[in-house]
Amino acid sequence: MKHIYDLVIIGGGPAGYTAALYASRAGLDSVLIEKLSAGGQMALTGEIDNYPGFEEGVDGLTLGFKMQQGAERFGAVTEYAEVLSVDFGEEIKRIETTSGTFLGKTVIVSTGANPRELGLSNEAQLMGRGVHYCAHCDGRFYKNKTVVVVGGGNSAAADALYLSRLAEKVILVHRRDKLRATKIYHEPLMKAENIEFMWNSSVREILAENRVKGVVIKNKETGEETKIPCDGVFVSIGRKPATQFLNGALDLDEGGYIVADESTKTNVEGVYAVGDVRTKALRQIVTAVADGAVAVHYAEEYLA
Amino acid sequence: MSVLKINKNNFNEVKNSEKTVLLDFYADWCGPCSMVSPIIDEIAEENPQYLVGKVNVDEQEELAQEFGVFSIPTLVVIKNGEVVNQVSGARPKAQILKLLEG
Repeated sequence: MKHIYDLVIIGGGPAGYTAALYASRAGLDSVLIEKLSAGGQMALTGEIDNYPGFEEGVDGLTLGFKMQQGAERFGAVTEYAEVLSVDFGEEIKRIETTSGTFLGKTVIVSTGANPRELGLSNEAQLMGRGVHYCAHCDGRFYKNKTVVVVGGGNSAAADALYLSRLAEKVILVHRRDKLRATKIYHEPLMKAENIEFMWNSSVREILAENRVKGVVIKNKETGEETKIPCDGVFVSIGRKPATQFLNGALDLDEGGYIVADESTKTNVEGVYAVGDVRTKALRQIVTAVADGAVAVHYAEEYLA
Repeated sequence: MSVLKINKNNFNEVKNSEKTVLLDFYADWCGPCSMVSPIIDEIAEENPQYLVGKVNVDEQEELAQEFGVFSIPTLVVIKNGEVVNQVSGARPKAQILKLLEG
């Protein structure tokens, strides 16, 4: 007979490890499944200044390990595996992973989100060969080159500014006629001499021979298509929730987020959604950790 | 086995090793690299049949260029002196092992 956990937590970001902490302290027999490393998206953030308690700021990777270790102090266990599919149809929920099947009376989904892609046919094969999703990671390879940044939100603005200090020229392509990014970014962007803007525009095509050579930009107003030679494309058009593995097991909204309110309860009894993967107004570390605690509270109630 | 620190002096010897070679191109300031790094250490520890090395792209720009590394982490698998696999981005242990076996 396979072991049945009280609680299986899928995903080891801040929401997941907070759930693991609360579950361990509550004496629930639980396991957390993580595919890569503690911290999730947070681990890729260089400096975090809006998580209380760190007066000098903290880097996301360190905070992730701290959250993991804090949970382990009370006996939390991490299994490193990738979840392939789930079956929430029975009272005992099944989770199929690259390291076998896990069974749980309750499940917390804390799988977070990943960078949204442009959705162009050759995009995946050019990843790392001119197509990038992390300016902070890969910007240094574009010293004195020409790069295109796609997007108009805070992360696109921050990426464009960061890249403008390395690259010879940065072209910011945005589908609207103004930035969505907060005001703090506007002035430095406009002042940077090597940033050009292409408004009302989107990337239609990535031109490549083994690696990126340029892009085709379409202006929505005029319908005009322009070929722009460039060495790299940094995509910063938001995030998409990691819910593909659910394959219909839970109700999702049109953006792919798991439908759940502040109680974190999903449409399946005993299954909870926490952190960025849930429908919510503000996706931050502080709101993610709050979800983790709330979900364990309701899981305990369900198990009682 | 422990992980070798690769530089341009020991690189040729490593490349032509009889063992299958796994190279991890990384930098200290790169988040996804730090996520993969402990996995690479584990693979080296548990699989003495592989030769595992790390290449710091800030210190070894020539090697990074030779391999066309434009994104880190980049993982490279070499068999009999030939690159048989090269991928960029952090990925789970099982996938990295598959790259080595494939």
